[in-house]
Amino acid sequence: MSYEYLKFGKEEKDFIAKIEEISGQNIYSCYQCGKCSAGCVFSDKMDITVNQLIHLIQLGQKEKVLKANTQWVCSSCLTCSVRCPREIDVAALMEAVREYSLREDYEKVIISEISKEALDKLPNIALVSNFRKKTG
Amino acid sequence: MKIGVYICECGSNIASTVDVEELAEQAKEFPNVEVSRVYKYVCSDPGQVLIKQDIEEKQLDRIVVAACSPRMHEPTFRAVLEDMGLNPYVLEIVNIREQVSWVHNDKAKGTVKAASLLKGAVLRASLMHPLERKKVGVTPNALVIGGGIAGIQASLDLADMGFDTTLVEKTATIGGKMSQLDKTFPTLDCSQCILSPKMVDVNRHPNIDLLALSEVVEVDGYVGNFKVKIKKNPTYVLADKCTLCDDCVPVCPVIEHDEYNQGLSPRRAIYIPYPQAVPASYLIDPNSCLGIDPLICSKCKDVCGPEAIDFDMKPEIIEKEVGAIIVATGYEPYPIENIGEYGYGTIPDVISGLDYERIVSASGPTDGTIRSPSDGKIPKTVVFVHCAGSRDPSKHLPYCSKVCCMYATKHALQYKHLVHDGTAINFFIDIRTAGKDYEEFYQRAAEEDQVIYIRGKVSEVFQDGDKILVKGADTLTGETVELHADLVVLATGLMPSAGTKEIASLLNLSVGMNGFIREAHPKLKPVDTAIAGVFVAGTATGPKDIPETVSNASGAASRAAGILSQDELEIEGTVAQVDEDLCRGCGLCAEACPYSAIEIKAINKYGHALRVAFVNEAMCKGCGSCAAACLNGAINQLGYTDSQILALIGALGEE
Repeated sequence: MSYEYLKFGKEEKDFIAKIEEISGQNIYSCYQCGKCSAGCVFSDKMDITVNQLIHLIQLGQKEKVLKANTQWVCSSCLTCSVRCPREIDVAALMEAVREYSLREDYEKVIISEISKEALDKLPNIALVSNFRKKTG
Repeated sequence: MKIGVYICECGSNIASTVDVEELAEQAKEFPNVEVSRVYKYVCSDPGQVLIKQDIEEKQLDRIVVAACSPRMHEPTFRAVLEDMGLNPYVLEIVNIREQVSWVHNDKAKGTVKAASLLKGAVLRASLMHPLERKKVGVTPNALVIGGGIAGIQASLDLADMGFDTTLVEKTATIGGKMSQLDKTFPTLDCSQCILSPKMVDVNRHPNIDLLALSEVVEVDGYVGNFKVKIKKNPTYVLADKCTLCDDCVPVCPVIEHDEYNQGLSPRRAIYIPYPQAVPASYLIDPNSCLGIDPLICSKCKDVCGPEAIDFDMKPEIIEKEVGAIIVATGYEPYPIENIGEYGYGTIPDVISGLDYERIVSASGPTDGTIRSPSDGKIPKTVVFVHCAGSRDPSKHLPYCSKVCCMYATKHALQYKHLVHDGTAINFFIDIRTAGKDYEEFYQRAAEEDQVIYIRGKVSEVFQDGDKILVKGADTLTGETVELHADLVVLATGLMPSAGTKEIASLLNLSVGMNGFIREAHPKLKPVDTAIAGVFVAGTATGPKDIPETVSNASGAASRAAGILSQDELEIEGTVAQVDEDLCRGCGLCAEACPYSAIEIKAINKYGHALRVAFVNEAMCKGCGSCAAACLNGAINQLGYTDSQILALIGALGEE
């Protein structure tokens, strides 16, 4: 059985602080009731649920957070923010995670590194969206 | 003889399953029945008036009410009879609600069953005799067993009401577990600061006789008139001579573990439990002192200026007469060394909740700096394990210990207040914060102090170099997790103390499956016990937090005062009666009696000494066990004599 190793060092604490700074939310306010995930219309499209993503931020699990598709599936409809019993603006948190990914250049797409074969298959709009990521 | 029969519809509760009109018609044919009526709610005021009018107009001398359980309205109808000058014991209640309408749905069969029950009641009523309620005097003194916060509060309340109260505490000081706590949730006030004024009040109160280092060894008697024997163990220090100068302590050559600090600091064989101890007196630990029989060392005695040390002090027996007893014998922490996978006792930096209280306390072994016991370093990562022992019916305590979620949260919060850059992680199953301002406290710990909560249990802990490897689960992510911690604090569960078990067996109190004392009713009589005049307060009945314990204790004191404030107590007339001519003194009845109300005594009869059973009517609860056990038919249960019961059975046997 493999165990996920939890660490609460500088790297983890910096990550949590940055997310809190960008979003203006207290990540520790979340008590994991799951109401955000329960009301999210895209929950079934997310690889991990919204509350799980928040829990991973609480644990400083940066890699897992950035690898998730949750924040990218979020359409910022604000249902979660309106319903959160702890008054967390969950959509702002999702936005902060997206913002953090961009600032970290996480999974940055470099056009020259995409194979010609893949470029042929990719729809143009995908490439355009990708460039737009940086422009906000 | 004229019997009145009153059948209650209880709204539709009874009327929907029993044909009450038909029942009333049948009842008219039963022997001696003068009048038989149906009413919607017989217990209501107009219903009672109906009975009263009939008693007056028709000169009724026996009343039968067919309604709900006598547990509900027997006192109501007895009062009706008394108002009209009848003896309250010529009343019979037939329970056609719980025993018929609520348990059957066939109306025809229900009516037949109700009719046979009613006929039995009428036949029994014809055989009833007026009974007398005897009176006993009351000794207006109280005994409180246990000097924790529950016992302290109960004693102060009783003493303030003017009752002489004896407070018996097994250890050398009152204060109990609360005195070991550093701060209390959710307000974080210092435990000792709020407790010690009450301890001082106990010591100063003119109505309280405080007996520390003492144990109740024998209790005799009954409500209003208990006789108690208390063994006062020797302190070997004369409290009235000791000036608390502390000269004796540095010269004592014996080093022991200090119980107050959970064994985390040393004390001498002569010591004072802690500075605020009440009674404020030094004492000698007879198990380790070298001066007590045989006298090998007398260094303390040599330096004691006021000559307060007496190595020859002996235990003494103190006798007290009291009218009521309050049991406040408390809890003790679950022995967490039983949970092998958590390593308590083998890994030095795995500690219990109470150990942590002492480590974080300014008066504790580390002067309030949090340090790991192994190396004395300030821990950077601390794991708090909830439910250590609790909620584990397969191996440990089956129940929730109620206070651990809150105290583990408090521990984590205190840690963060003292070690700002440290990490506090709580592994929990559920967070239970049912109490005023408790949820807010928990949210504050997470929100303001960044205490991390992981839902899942810790499976095991290992020593890994100078760190502890903690393995657990995070059921929110579905992952197994592991981390290195410097200190692991087990939120230990609560179980009944050894004293609670001893006193329960001494007083014949019934205990539940988990060993806690059973209340007379879990909801409506939470501080009464099955024994009249004996009350219970605090964690002796189950885990409680401090506010609940204190209100529980005040409740017990007020219930006890209800007895102590009376000049005499009325005793139920339905007690056992011995026919001395038939009794052969075999003692079966005394064995069968759950209330120790029967004694075998020798009497002088026709010039012979004969052994016969003697019923103490004040202690008899009228349960009838003795009457059933008696092989000679020598005991009759007044109000439920054999002839009455046979009449009942006869009616039930008729087709």
